[in-house]
Amino acid sequence: MSILKEQEVARPEMDFEKSSKDTGSILCTGLTLTATLLIIAILVVIIGNIAWFGFDKFSWRFITAGLEEQMFDVERAGVLPMILGTTARVFLMTIFVLPVGVITAIYLTEYSPKHSVLTRIIRGAVNNLAGVPSIVFGLFGLGFFINFIGSNVDAIFYPGSDKVIWGKPALLWASLTLAVMTLPVVIVATEEALRAIPSGLREGSLALGATKLQTIARVVMPQAMPGILTGAILAISRAAGEVAPILFTGAAVFVPSLPKALNQEFMDLGYHVWVLTTQSPNVDKTQPLLYATVLTLLILTFSLNLVAVLIRAKIRARMRSVH
Amino acid sequence: MLRHFDLELTELKEKLLIMGSRAEASVVNAIRALVERDDDLARQVKEQDSIVDALEVEVDDLSISLLSKAPLASDLRLITVAMKISQNLERVADEATTIARRTIELNSEPPLKAYVDIPRMSGIALEMLRTALDSFIKLDPLRARQIIPRDKEVDEINRQLHRELSSFMVEKPATITRCLNLMVISKSLERIADHATNVAEEVVYLCEARDIRHTGKQSF
Amino acid sequence: MLSNNPSKESVSRRKIITTKDLNLWYGASHALKKISIDISEKLVTAFIGPSGCGKSTLLRCFNRMNDLIDHVRIEGGIEINGHEINRKNINVIELRKRVGMVFQRSNPFPKSIHENIAYGLKLHGLADRTAIEERVESSLRGAALWDEVKDRLNSSALGLSGGQQQRLCIARAIAIKPDILLMDEPASALDPIATSKIEDLILELKREFTIVIVTHNMQQAARISDSTAFFYLGELIEYDVTSKIFTNPSNRQTEDYVTGRFG
Repeated sequence: MSILKEQEVARPEMDFEKSSKDTGSILCTGLTLTATLLIIAILVVIIGNIAWFGFDKFSWRFITAGLEEQMFDVERAGVLPMILGTTARVFLMTIFVLPVGVITAIYLTEYSPKHSVLTRIIRGAVNNLAGVPSIVFGLFGLGFFINFIGSNVDAIFYPGSDKVIWGKPALLWASLTLAVMTLPVVIVATEEALRAIPSGLREGSLALGATKLQTIARVVMPQAMPGILTGAILAISRAAGEVAPILFTGAAVFVPSLPKALNQEFMDLGYHVWVLTTQSPNVDKTQPLLYATVLTLLILTFSLNLVAVLIRAKIRARMRSVH
Repeated sequence: MLRHFDLELTELKEKLLIMGSRAEASVVNAIRALVERDDDLARQVKEQDSIVDALEVEVDDLSISLLSKAPLASDLRLITVAMKISQNLERVADEATTIARRTIELNSEPPLKAYVDIPRMSGIALEMLRTALDSFIKLDPLRARQIIPRDKEVDEINRQLHRELSSFMVEKPATITRCLNLMVISKSLERIADHATNVAEEVVYLCEARDIRHTGKQSF
Repeated sequence: MLSNNPSKESVSRRKIITTKDLNLWYGASHALKKISIDISEKLVTAFIGPSGCGKSTLLRCFNRMNDLIDHVRIEGGIEINGHEINRKNINVIELRKRVGMVFQRSNPFPKSIHENIAYGLKLHGLADRTAIEERVESSLRGAALWDEVKDRLNSSALGLSGGQQQRLCIARAIAIKPDILLMDEPASALDPIATSKIEDLILELKREFTIVIVTHNMQQAARISDSTAFFYLGELIEYDVTSKIFTNPSNRQTEDYVTGRFG
């Protein structure tokens, strides 16, 4: 017995033969493929160009020499101080930006009430920070870190001295400036990572009698690590190649020794490219050095990225399997 | 909201009503066969017993399949009550068949006397049965409860008839066979009244979820 | 119509949870309306009712999990074991230790099976490794999961099937030895065999714990609970012995819901 009356419904014959071409879909695929190939082509051209011209001068000697003032001597120039300078500033930047960025993101995601004024202010600030041109960061670093904080530190801790100790361009200030610049990247990446963790996990922990802090530390953060590291990778990638923020805050054309102290100026690969282009007595002659320097910068950036990516992969693998 | 399940419950109730009317008809015909000394009618009653048997199986099968859908509350009570009522109705039909058989035997000998008590008993028993089925359809527990005391009446008539026939048999041994057959018929009618009472008790359980079986005579 | 002492058995039992005129608002929405209910110790009490009737909300009041939601206002009394818990300065951590919860979607931590259970134990101060291992084993046995996982305690909990994960969550909850276990539709995401295992488990667990279970499945409530409370639109409509609710409810609304005529 059926509630529905028997109905005659005319249905079309089932036909699963391939229908006529779907032009929209084909066009889309074609365009996407073209764009991808174009990007790859551009990348290959740029890197190829650099590698081709830079390879000539790129050698072990090149990356281990450079302390003497011979940077325009095509035969004897080297970039070791620049490599160390760039690495040091990126490293210091990471030490500063990760804790601040992660803690801010934790506050925004886990603690702040959803629609409070403070939350909106912080988010607004983060968004705006992301849009500031890097040269402005350089000026900020000069004005705030060097002229304000640096001078005051000198006044408080070294009164009566006629030497400027902290109130001048230095590795520390350049790193802090970069940290401020890459803060939004870390905050956003960390927030994304935290949000991706299902709330059920937090509820489960709280229901067992954990405090919010314990839940964040023991359950949420370990899960979010890959995402946080992604943020770190992005920050490193951006910062390694930036020159404008370090222009006034720490990079120098020539420093006689390797970077040893935080309140010293340092040499930098990206900055050195500018030096070679504008300060060289014979631009054509030093062009090979230019290419080699750029090649070194690229290799360094890729290497720093690679290290971070490997760390992230290791953490991911450990999370997935046997403890 | 009318559910598909409600349609199936209606089917169950309809089957029970068909069983009820057939069982009733069998009793009516069996008594008529007795009073009018009609052997053909009696044989007809015997044959039609299988129809009621088949209906009991149908009701049980439908009930089991409905139970497998895990019904609750009043639906659950309806289905379990339906199974019990069908069992009682099947037995009523069996008793009608017994009466028909005894009638055929009685018709082979001259009549004993005019039948007065037996038609009276059957009248009450049939009325009890009809009212019980009616109260099932109307879900009326008060009507159902009214049937229960009438069972005493039928019991009393049966006892009295039993005494009469016993003394008759002692006085005139030639009538023993006929008297025994009549006693069996009287007993059957008394059982039919019992089954009608059972149906009434089931209806009360269905409506009030109160089990009034076996509570003796004080069932108010 | 509304009885707070539903069964003969439960009359003699202690009332371990008592609410008195409990009201709850989500912002402007009045989600729980003057709920007064007594839950008896070491019995299974089921909360049934259509979606949105407030049964899960009420459950979450018992371990203050509603604190996690913004704009929640709770008025009225909630007593657990004689202690009023709806007030400002109670030790929520201690409360959640004594009143455990199992959720609708199983939420094992992305750690090893052992670590999942040890997590709660370490939270509450257990440090001795042997003691932890013993508790892990006993709670896995208690959740009828030990035999299936004893050889892979260090493998990830996420590798277990849905039913196993849920039993792991139960083991995790009972490991810290709560008095009350709150279960919010624990089997609704599971297949029939896994569901039946969880139901059997609940019948075992009630020897040690008081269990309150929210369920959509009426037959499940009929199978495993001793008392059942029916909620509708934030009100407690009927609360009685389970067999009565499911064979002869007093209230018309209860009857209609239980037979599926609305809802």
